[in-house]
Amino acid sequence: MMNIKTPKKGRIRRELEKRAPKLVETGKKTLILQGTKTSGLLNSVLTEIYHLKKESSVRYTRRNDNVRPFESGGDTSLEFFSQKTDCGMFVFGSHSKKRPDNLILGRMYDHHIYDLVEVGVENFKSMESFVYDKKLAPKMGSKPFIAFVGEGFESVEELKHLKEVLLDLFRGEVVENLNLAGIDRAYVCTALSSNRVLFTHCALRLKKSGTIVPRMELVEVGPSMDLVLRRHRLPNDGLRKEAMKTAADKPKKKEKNVSRDAIQGKIGKVYIPDQQLGDMNLPNKAKGVKRERREAKMNKQANGHPTKRQKAGSD
Amino acid sequence: MEETRTVQVDLGNLMALDSSHHFPSLPSSRFTLLEELIQKCLEKGTELVQVVADALFNLPSTEDVDGPIVKLPPPTTKLPREKHLPKPKPPTTWEMFAKAKGIKNRKKDKIVYDEQTGTWKRRYGYDRVNDDQDVPILEAKATDEVGSDPFAVRRADKKKRVEKQNKNRLQNLKQAAKDHALPSHIQLAATALPITGTQAAPKKVSKDELGNVAGLAATATASGGKFDKKLPGEKKPKHEQKHRKFLPVAEGKGQGSKEKEQTDRVLNKLLSKNSHEILNVDKAVTMYNVKKEKKRSKQKRDSSSNSSKLKPQKKVQKKPIKKGSVNKGSAKKGKSK
Repeated sequence: MMNIKTPKKGRIRRELEKRAPKLVETGKKTLILQGTKTSGLLNSVLTEIYHLKKESSVRYTRRNDNVRPFESGGDTSLEFFSQKTDCGMFVFGSHSKKRPDNLILGRMYDHHIYDLVEVGVENFKSMESFVYDKKLAPKMGSKPFIAFVGEGFESVEELKHLKEVLLDLFRGEVVENLNLAGIDRAYVCTALSSNRVLFTHCALRLKKSGTIVPRMELVEVGPSMDLVLRRHRLPNDGLRKEAMKTAADKPKKKEKNVSRDAIQGKIGKVYIPDQQLGDMNLPNKAKGVKRERREAKMNKQANGHPTKRQKAGSD
Repeated sequence: MEETRTVQVDLGNLMALDSSHHFPSLPSSRFTLLEELIQKCLEKGTELVQVVADALFNLPSTEDVDGPIVKLPPPTTKLPREKHLPKPKPPTTWEMFAKAKGIKNRKKDKIVYDEQTGTWKRRYGYDRVNDDQDVPILEAKATDEVGSDPFAVRRADKKKRVEKQNKNRLQNLKQAAKDHALPSHIQLAATALPITGTQAAPKKVSKDELGNVAGLAATATASGGKFDKKLPGEKKPKHEQKHRKFLPVAEGKGQGSKEKEQTDRVLNKLLSKNSHEILNVDKAVTMYNVKKEKKRSKQKRDSSSNSSKLKPQKKVQKKPIKKGSVNKGSAKKGKSK
């Protein structure tokens, strides 16, 4: 026999509702973790990515023996972690002789691995190494500008993929309304060659230009690194099609009774159905009222106006 | 003009892509040129950010205490979802029934007049109207059984109704679970959260199945479990085959040998089944005579005899068969019509 289990506390219930699939998704949480061995450099890379997306990421600091995203069977515990933390993306760092300072960026669909990109980190410069006016430092959770420079992002398959993953990783929350006073950061990704991308994080300085649009100035605040492409795995077509579905894809209902006119603009027709008084609810249909009516009927009977039913009973 | 053509802007993501720019290959002597390269990248990045900002700041904005707020268009770059689209909840049994019958949901008042206390009370929940626990006296009815507690009956009835509703609810949720549309906060306990979808829920053995297994074990004795002592509540082992009955051979009081009767019955049945094959001698003799007569008369008329000899014979055999087949066909037709 099955049992219905529902959370006893409202907080847990709300938490579960947050995790439920939504019609419109506004952003993915990122899980940041490492494999058996990491280097000092990689540790700081992971920490700084965590700092960049602090409001929407989870950092696992223990080493994970059985996480190897590209190998079969090495994704089981990763998928479990994704389920546990409700993360739709992950950044996995590992360091080996064959692949030094290795970073795997991946996305999940329904807590299963969707796609993977593997990059090596070179020429890493941490946040601490940059000197700038601290007033400019970007605030946590602000919406960033993202700039991709280089023809590689269009022509090379791997770079195209990396671009999409980087955009998904750093674009922040998808918002409808944006406060223009709150824009203070930009990511610049430059394809230096067919397999090398320069990634930097900059603060924005808005200067007066005399028009509404201020003049933008980028101040490098770090981290900055070169990403050298290694392996990558694209999703299969069926999965991609499934994952690309949006609520807007569904065919919209035809708009009825609305027409547009060049002079009058939008014109609507309104149909008023016949008023059906029989179905209408009375404004005050309480039981007490009914009871009074019943009592009145009883009184009537007592006064000597026998109803049909009573007649039948007497016969 | 040329720049705007090559720069793709996704305002929803505040993203810009310049696919025309091409950097020369990495400099060999690092420390001086790398700085220059980064500077160049930043310059290019600034240009792109400016392009996005041009579009962004020209959007219609509304003034707020914290600053101007613009409405961003939806992102144009398509990115995959994190989870599947939410599935619609399948209708419950009641909802389906109500739809079939055209039953409409009518709004009920939240507050109802309570006749016992003479006040207005909530329809459901704490301090509700017509609460069973508030009734101090119940009027006796003609249908009441002697010795039964009417309060206990009311309580039991209520309990039954609640149980029935819970059963229905579980049934509906099971259906929803089948369609993967279970509400997020509900979990059916037998199916623990599967981690990778490989674990199946353990099947529970039913009472009947357990009984069958016990019966199987009993057949290991010499008598096939016939003379075993039964435990309280244990059923007889299931008998799969037909039951055979052996009748007494010897004749009993006032009756003949039953076994002989049975075998006779079987024999008669068999014989009667094939009785049409048994020869009717008289008929055969007359038929033979008639044929002979005909043959003789024909021989007198013409010499060709062999073919005519065979034909009547054939006809005699065929006719009844044909008739039957025709009848069958017509019967079938009648049915199909």
